[in-house]
Amino acid sequence: MEIKKTSLYQLHKNNNAKFVEFAGYEMPIQYDRGIIEEHKFTREHSGIFDVSHMGQLFIYGEDDLTKDLEKIFPIDLKNLKLNFSKYSFLMNSEAGIYDDLIITKIEGGYIIILNAACKDNDHKILSKLLLNKYDISLDESRSLIAIQGPGSVQILNNTIKGVESLYFMSGNWFLYKEKKIFITRSGYTGEDGFEISIENNLVEDFTKELLEKGAKLIGLGARDTLRLEAGLCLYGHELDINKTPIEANLKWAISKQRIENSDFIASNVIKNQIIEGVKKIRVGIKPEGRIIAREKTKVFNEDDLLVGEVTSGTFGPSVNGPIAMGYVVQEFSKKDTKIFLEVRGKKYPANICGLPFYKKSYVKGAING
Amino acid sequence: MGEVKYSKEHEWIKVEGDIGTIGITQHATEMLGDIVFVELPDVGSSVEKDGNAGVVESTKAASDVYTPISGEVMENNQAIVDDPGKINSDPENEAWFFKLKIKDKSEMDLLMNKEEYEKFSKESGS
Repeated sequence: MEIKKTSLYQLHKNNNAKFVEFAGYEMPIQYDRGIIEEHKFTREHSGIFDVSHMGQLFIYGEDDLTKDLEKIFPIDLKNLKLNFSKYSFLMNSEAGIYDDLIITKIEGGYIIILNAACKDNDHKILSKLLLNKYDISLDESRSLIAIQGPGSVQILNNTIKGVESLYFMSGNWFLYKEKKIFITRSGYTGEDGFEISIENNLVEDFTKELLEKGAKLIGLGARDTLRLEAGLCLYGHELDINKTPIEANLKWAISKQRIENSDFIASNVIKNQIIEGVKKIRVGIKPEGRIIAREKTKVFNEDDLLVGEVTSGTFGPSVNGPIAMGYVVQEFSKKDTKIFLEVRGKKYPANICGLPFYKKSYVKGAING
Repeated sequence: MGEVKYSKEHEWIKVEGDIGTIGITQHATEMLGDIVFVELPDVGSSVEKDGNAGVVESTKAASDVYTPISGEVMENNQAIVDDPGKINSDPENEAWFFKLKIKDKSEMDLLMNKEEYEKFSKESGS
């Protein structure tokens, strides 16, 4: 299969990107300055991420659409306001996660942002579940970029007037060169920021404008360290088909009312797991020293029993130390529980900790002036 | 100035008398990216040519460090353990990894000189 390139490929190349293959796309992992500086620049100023490999699924339909989607997603779509977004997941009948996603209610339907590696399968599953009743398509004609960090609101507002008044987890259509672009105030870094869906042939010009105003290109490497510091899950690591949202400690993303009504896919499994508890659960892990525990590192308790496994682990540039997330047996999931990480045959002490590792408040309301 | 030689695993060794100082090359650090963790062989331990002699980790991944020469570790550089970023900024001087007492000087003949190494690292590409 031929490796795909995004519409910003040439711009990445011109900026000396190092590329990696990710979900069938040739994506920039970092640029000249390296992951740590890119990470810090995003936290302090404004970073631009090309996430055009992600799926943009548009579904249009009449009133029935909301009802039908509620049979699939465990969220309250009926009361979701126009242009507002929710985090959710597509599950199988056992509550195993096919994908995690952001769904936004737009005029006439919904936009669902999907992970690159899952998007084609998601499209198939959703089409089937919706019995081909609706106009549903993965829009390959649009790119997706994110601009993240405290300087982003001003930079973006200079180009697109009005974005500063967007609420967190909401969006709207705006115009760029007379073409409609959809902007949401959201992201994957723990910073204030925006995600912009824009036609492929405009994305390079648009990105260059933001770069001229002081934003910088950031690769997938820093995207990973930023999201891990923010305690956010990455599909294929913290989430997969063998894990449920309750095990992933994402109960907050499921509507209480919807659980009570138990009328969505796997709602019985979810309800049971909430009542009975789960065997393993996602936690934050903070090594005591400098040792980095990578994915698949085994976790032991103080009695040297295997109690879990790391799903993501790296060095957190803003935390200035190693950080990880993983799954441990419920009994050992309490904050400050002492655990041991087996790295290259040796065991190193660590502690279960709360998430996120790095906290900055998102913008909740509109900013005036 | 001692003699400096290079291995295919991108380590350098500088020899003064029967003591060799070992580190990783600039080229290696460029391939690895930002180094955030380093593990060095213990002082007093013996290391065998091409055998494991520590680990470096970047934000992305862990990589083994090999010794280009056999010997007994006399000293290791705690400064880079405390601040692994030094390896990126000055890999071929300040950020040496360890010093060893060379067991067999003839092993040096199997290593590359600067010119050969530069050609090798250019050709090996990655």
